[in-house]
Amino acid sequence: MTQPAGQGIGRDKVVEIISSVIKKVEEKEDLSRDTIYSELKDLRNLIEQTRRDISETRMNEIAGKHIPSATDELDAVVAATEVATGAIMDGCDALAGLSGDLPAESQTKVMDEVTKILEACSFQDITGQRITKVVRSLKTIDDKVSSLLKILEEKIPGLPAKKEEDSREGDARLLNGPQMPDKAISQDDIDKLLADLF
Amino acid sequence: MSVDKNMNVLIVDDYKTMLRIINSLLRTLGFVNIDEATDGTMALDMFQKKHYGLVISDWNMEPMSGLDLLKKVRALNDNKDVPFIMVTAESKTENVVAAKQAGVNNYIVKPFNAETLKTKMSAVLGDF
Repeated sequence: MTQPAGQGIGRDKVVEIISSVIKKVEEKEDLSRDTIYSELKDLRNLIEQTRRDISETRMNEIAGKHIPSATDELDAVVAATEVATGAIMDGCDALAGLSGDLPAESQTKVMDEVTKILEACSFQDITGQRITKVVRSLKTIDDKVSSLLKILEEKIPGLPAKKEEDSREGDARLLNGPQMPDKAISQDDIDKLLADLF
Repeated sequence: MSVDKNMNVLIVDDYKTMLRIINSLLRTLGFVNIDEATDGTMALDMFQKKHYGLVISDWNMEPMSGLDLLKKVRALNDNKDVPFIMVTAESKTENVVAAKQAGVNNYIVKPFNAETLKTKMSAVLGDF
């Protein structure tokens, strides 16, 4: 009666087995110990399977690892685009200053183009607001998952927390995208490392 | 009606990028006395120390939003009729209605360009 791993077991199934045991005990006075034992064993298997299913979901990693990592990455996107946009606008200011030395007609043309660049820079504000909304939603999900996890841990003591394993193989394991600024090593560190290696 | 381009203009936005863009566009349009505030509380504080001829504010700010700032400005004793333009990504009908009811003079949806800014300013201040 054991269910295959990963297949969810509903509360109805547990109730069904308990009801079956109760019914048999009520209806058959000569119910054998073996029959009761068999029914209870099925019930225990179902409960164990449910615990394994809950463990497979790795909710603790969703709340403790994936969501915080995603929000940090998104915050880093906002910060990086803000810095880049600032640099672009510095360039615009420099061009606007230099355009003063140009003939009037050319100055107008340059300033028109500078204005277009400035207008385009507003993408940083819009994307920043959108990303902030996504970060807020992720944090809400994080809170909900954490609450659910806490309830489950209280209801099912000793719930095993299966660790997620990196399923990638070979060189693919090396690809992790840009490092967060506080975790990345500097160019100087890399140069030093290379110098030490060769 | 001629527009005094020496008037004090206050721009309010919690994104430095946006403050800088609006500041640059205003300078391109010939305005020179421009102050910046990064939230409604700071803006209100500045507003009570100086007379402004125009306020251009974002809506989505904390702790005081642009709408709250507008309501507080309209409740002031002095300079409560200052022209107030809301520049925001909030483009739902109820947002526009709420801003209008609070006394906004015009409403610009982000992203916008220099021409839109000039058109809306002209509608509020007169042609320049």
